[in-house]
Amino acid sequence: MEQINEGFFMSDIYTEKVLDHFRNPRNMGEMKDPDGVGKVGNPTCGDVMAIYIKVKDERIVDIKFQTFGCTAAIASSSIATELVKGKTLDEAMKLSRDDVANELGGLPAIKMHCSNLASDALHEAIKDYRMKNKK
Amino acid sequence: MKKVYMDYAATTPVDKEVLNEMLPYFNKIYGNPSSIHYFGRDALEAVENAREQVGSLINSNSDEIIFTSGGTESDNLAIKGVAFLNKKKRGSKGANIITSTIEHPAVLETCKHMEKIGFNVKYLPVDKYGLISVKALEDAISKDTFLITIMLANNEIGTIEPIEEIGKIAKEHDVVFHTDAVQAIGKVPIDVNKSNIDLLSISSHKIYGPKGVGAVYFRKGLKLQTISHGGGHEKGLRSGTYNTPGIVGLGKACELGKSRMKNDVAHMKKLRDILIKETLKIEESYLNGHPEKRLVNNAHFRFTAIEGESLIMMLDDKGIASATGSACSSMKLQASHVLTAIGLKPEEAHGSLRLTLGKMNTKEDVSYVAEVLPDIVSKLRKMSPLWNR
Repeated sequence: MEQINEGFFMSDIYTEKVLDHFRNPRNMGEMKDPDGVGKVGNPTCGDVMAIYIKVKDERIVDIKFQTFGCTAAIASSSIATELVKGKTLDEAMKLSRDDVANELGGLPAIKMHCSNLASDALHEAIKDYRMKNKK
Repeated sequence: MKKVYMDYAATTPVDKEVLNEMLPYFNKIYGNPSSIHYFGRDALEAVENAREQVGSLINSNSDEIIFTSGGTESDNLAIKGVAFLNKKKRGSKGANIITSTIEHPAVLETCKHMEKIGFNVKYLPVDKYGLISVKALEDAISKDTFLITIMLANNEIGTIEPIEEIGKIAKEHDVVFHTDAVQAIGKVPIDVNKSNIDLLSISSHKIYGPKGVGAVYFRKGLKLQTISHGGGHEKGLRSGTYNTPGIVGLGKACELGKSRMKNDVAHMKKLRDILIKETLKIEESYLNGHPEKRLVNNAHFRFTAIEGESLIMMLDDKGIASATGSACSSMKLQASHVLTAIGLKPEEAHGSLRLTLGKMNTKEDVSYVAEVLPDIVSKLRKMSPLWNR
């Protein structure tokens, strides 16, 4: 009559690396005159991420993020900025959703969508830059 | 690091006196209370003594108390116990069961299940403070209604419902009235006779008793159908060997709860009022729930442009234990149904913080939270793309 065993045990916890990025977020804050901006998520769902980039010779020379969201969302955006700072735009476009979660040593299953947002925001920022600088 | 526990609505530590009372029943007086020999008789005496202690706290007779495994089981037994005796009323036009939209999941999910198996359930809305309308309740009652289940006080925002008026209406219409009093016990004086309560759920671990034990009060003469079959314990309503140490602990916790309620209430209210006053000094911070009709230990806030799960993690880093109704902290990634029911938008519900005090909290605890919280809120706002003041 009833579905059973549909839930899960609450054994998933944050890794030390997640907590480190949450407590000491890298590249956090606004950016004046960014070359590209990527904003994803919406406040209704609980996460909004903004990534700002400065680009020189097709390379990300500076990057900042702002995040409204949970521990996992903040840590994901922090590590994503760290991973691509100094990289070429093509290299940065290759950063996948899984890369972000893997670099953090994994995320609780229910929080995996947070890492998606981080890579999505980055890709949006690069696309934004490319749109503005079409030759 | 300083540690401050302000999550007493989640659970409480076992009171020393309660623990001492329990200890002999683990390995000295270990008999099965159902056995007729000496070992069993001593244990039975302890169980019956606890029944009186529990009954005394809510002004009921001891033979109207059934021990359970906790609040959730008590709610299940009360609701299903009445509903299963009224199976013939399934499929009716009028509501069979009337409840509210802000009940604890133990009541809400049980009601949803009753709906699935054919009962008609009416979920009463609440106003912005979390109060049900007594008039709407009365309007919802029909000849098909056999149960009203409305909580005494809300576990998230602390709002206290108009229990006496509800009880009066239930009695006038000859409908059984159940109330989940898990959060109210020990903080709100309860008299089941004066308030015309027929069924009432109690949990031990919210009142400085052990986890895994609770009780349900059921008015003498009321018929219930059991939901767990077995050896026929507790008047056949709840089979299973007695959890003697747990029951003894619950009994003692109720006794202490009764004798100390006045002092504890005054203490917690004083601290809570300071906490609310200090916290509301933070820019764009709001109190959720009713300004007066709220539990003396409950302070529930929301802060614009920040998310609650990261807020409680940062408080945790400062040694402060708290809770939130944010979607990000729930198993279902949905904002709290209570905060949604009082009309908050999802993004407002995300920024919520519940601080619940206990008798062990001190003025220093409150000062510490008041000192730490503004910095954390502003740190998270600096991080938030939604905050551009």
